[in-house]
Amino acid sequence: MKVTIDNITIDVEPGTTIMQAARQIGPHIAPPAMCYYEPLKGSGGKCRGCLVKVTAGSEKDPRPMPKLVPSCITQVQEGMVVENTVNEQVLEARKGVVEFLLLNHPLDCPICDQAGECHLQDFSFEHGVSKTRTVEERNTFEPVDLGPYIKLNMNRCVLCYRCVYTADQITEGRVHGVMHRGDHAEISTYIEKAIDNDFSGNVIDVCPVGALTDKTYRFKSRVWFSKPVDASCDCGKCSGKVTLWYKGDDVIRVTARKNIWGEVTSFICNTCRFEKKKTSDWKIEGPMAVPRHSVISANKYAANKITPAFPMKQAAEQYKKIDDNRDRSFLNAPKELN
Amino acid sequence: MKILTEHIDVPGIETIDVFRKHGGYSALEKALKTMSPDEVTEEVKKSGLRGRGGAGFPVGMKWSFLAKPEGVPRYLVCNADESEPGTFKDHYLMMKSPHTLIEGMIVSSFALGANTSYIYVRGELMYVIHILEKAIQECYDKGLLGKNILGSGYDLDLFVQPGGGAYICGEETALLESLEGKRGNPRNKPPFPAVKGLWQCPTVVNNVESIAATSWIVNNGGEEYAKLGVGRSTGTKLISVSGHVRKPGVYEIPLGITVEDFIYADEWCGGIRAGHKLKAVVAGGSSVPILPAELILTTAAGEKRLMTYESLSDGGFATGTMLGSGGFVVMDETTCIVHNTLTFGRFYHHESCGQCSPCREGTGWMDKILYRIEHGQGRQEDIDLLVDVAKKIEGNTICPLGDAAAWPVAAAIRHFRDEFEWHVKHPEKATQPGAVFMREGASWTL
Repeated sequence: MKVTIDNITIDVEPGTTIMQAARQIGPHIAPPAMCYYEPLKGSGGKCRGCLVKVTAGSEKDPRPMPKLVPSCITQVQEGMVVENTVNEQVLEARKGVVEFLLLNHPLDCPICDQAGECHLQDFSFEHGVSKTRTVEERNTFEPVDLGPYIKLNMNRCVLCYRCVYTADQITEGRVHGVMHRGDHAEISTYIEKAIDNDFSGNVIDVCPVGALTDKTYRFKSRVWFSKPVDASCDCGKCSGKVTLWYKGDDVIRVTARKNIWGEVTSFICNTCRFEKKKTSDWKIEGPMAVPRHSVISANKYAANKITPAFPMKQAAEQYKKIDDNRDRSFLNAPKELN
Repeated sequence: MKILTEHIDVPGIETIDVFRKHGGYSALEKALKTMSPDEVTEEVKKSGLRGRGGAGFPVGMKWSFLAKPEGVPRYLVCNADESEPGTFKDHYLMMKSPHTLIEGMIVSSFALGANTSYIYVRGELMYVIHILEKAIQECYDKGLLGKNILGSGYDLDLFVQPGGGAYICGEETALLESLEGKRGNPRNKPPFPAVKGLWQCPTVVNNVESIAATSWIVNNGGEEYAKLGVGRSTGTKLISVSGHVRKPGVYEIPLGITVEDFIYADEWCGGIRAGHKLKAVVAGGSSVPILPAELILTTAAGEKRLMTYESLSDGGFATGTMLGSGGFVVMDETTCIVHNTLTFGRFYHHESCGQCSPCREGTGWMDKILYRIEHGQGRQEDIDLLVDVAKKIEGNTICPLGDAAAWPVAAAIRHFRDEFEWHVKHPEKATQPGAVFMREGASWTL
């Protein structure tokens, strides 16, 4: 099946979604995803961050689709033409989605454990605008302890439902879910019960923001000060394939391995995640591949030593016009700032 | 000409004996004994009956989309979750004459080949649920429901399901989720209910009024029904009138009368209450755009506006509105449009399910901004901000609740911008009790 996304044509299997097709082309084409999570069945369609414009439905019926469609749940048709980053309407809608997601989201990145590996940070940096239009007070919730390992900070939640699908699909007997509705909807267990099962820790990994955090790791380090190393062990319960996060010689955190889309490929058990925090527990495989743009990669590897010409070239390539039209006349600068 | 409410004021019409005396269940006998399911569907198609729940999608066409795989049950679900502010026609019909709906349910289920059907009634209407259950029991006792109805070999079980009292459960896929016993979140579409509906089986979801009309169509023929009305708006429609008219209530009108007649004729609303003038009308339930007096009576082209799907939406949203579910809210010059918009905005904020981000956050944001404007803390840029927020919600959500929340706000600013500006510029006047802006030279200015 041939599908064209942003003028790039690719051949994909029938039944592929637009998102999967775009990911096959590459990260620069793939729409952002806050709720969609490929390993979890039924996820997607909720955050509306991946809306795209379909300018031709299929070869047989080349009419454009009237509304923007969520690319994560829309299947491709033969001869479909999709506009993602080249369509003004799509970019405008995405700005709106970022604005909506940040409307009640606290700007507490400096004290949030997720900072540096937060999908919402990436999403708002790539697709948001630099100014705010809201003067309203944010909705707030009290933080809740979900058992000995997991802390829930509902203020930061974007209601992607990933943790709900995770509990449904990889653990027995889900005890948490979404209560209430609208902007006071919240993730909660029934009467603040603990989430207690062997795979409960995976909800921390699937959470795109800092709403669900690891209580054994909270406030220990900023993520970019720790070094990620792939390791494995023989675990009877799970695959045992993990990433260890070192600070100095100490393992301060254990997480499941994630692919370039930030998706866990094989879920790990709580013993591996919370109990085995000594190097002797693990077989080290080597450093984790960190994408160059990630803040985690900063100042880590000597092999990536940057020559002076390189940042200039990178800046020229990655230069992006910032939408910021605040009045700067008082700065006594030339009027036409880009 | 009345179809649904012809005998509605007969004492005891809620009992099966009185209902049968007035011609009730004759369509059921005709359909089951002399017609095939496809013939019934064909009659409904010919009638041009359009869905009465709001969207106006042709019922016959919806029925023909129903997937019919072998060995998989099919379901008919009646959407009686009527929760749109300003709409109360289904409530009235079910309360007064439950057998009208039940007869339609049996006939429609027969046409679709459904052996189990549901009536999903909003939870607040518990006494209506009791009325319906009593009527259903009467039908079981007389052999009109259950196994082998009237010896035709057709079986049907009919259940009444109370909802939990959420507006969102009037959206068809959220209704199905709720009916399955889950949280009432709308599903992503496709797949549509006609392919994967209740318990992943093909399902048709229709409004009470649409289903009730099918028995008359079977009795008198689709062509006869199509003769009523104008153009593609055939038949009659129940309109729930509320607001500043002399005679609010539920009226069954033949589609095609003029809006002016409907508001001012003694047969219908009887005009605006004494000493006041028409200012604005919300023509089809709270979610459709509000129109000022001159645009609701005549279209932008100067023609008289008719009570039809086409005429009311003439001019698009710039100068038109929608017939919607028929919740006709009339406002005179004492109504503050900002306050009215705040009330609608608050409703949608409260009823958003919180599943997709534009609706979850956007409705709350609009509510907060409108609250500030109404209470004298608005800023000039808030008005354009509201328009922009509405634009970013509209069309970007999973279900139409996002559109329903965005349209009334956008339309109120489109037609009554001066009123919002007055609230922003003169908060000390606008926050006085009962203060209303009077537009100079407008037809409603006293």
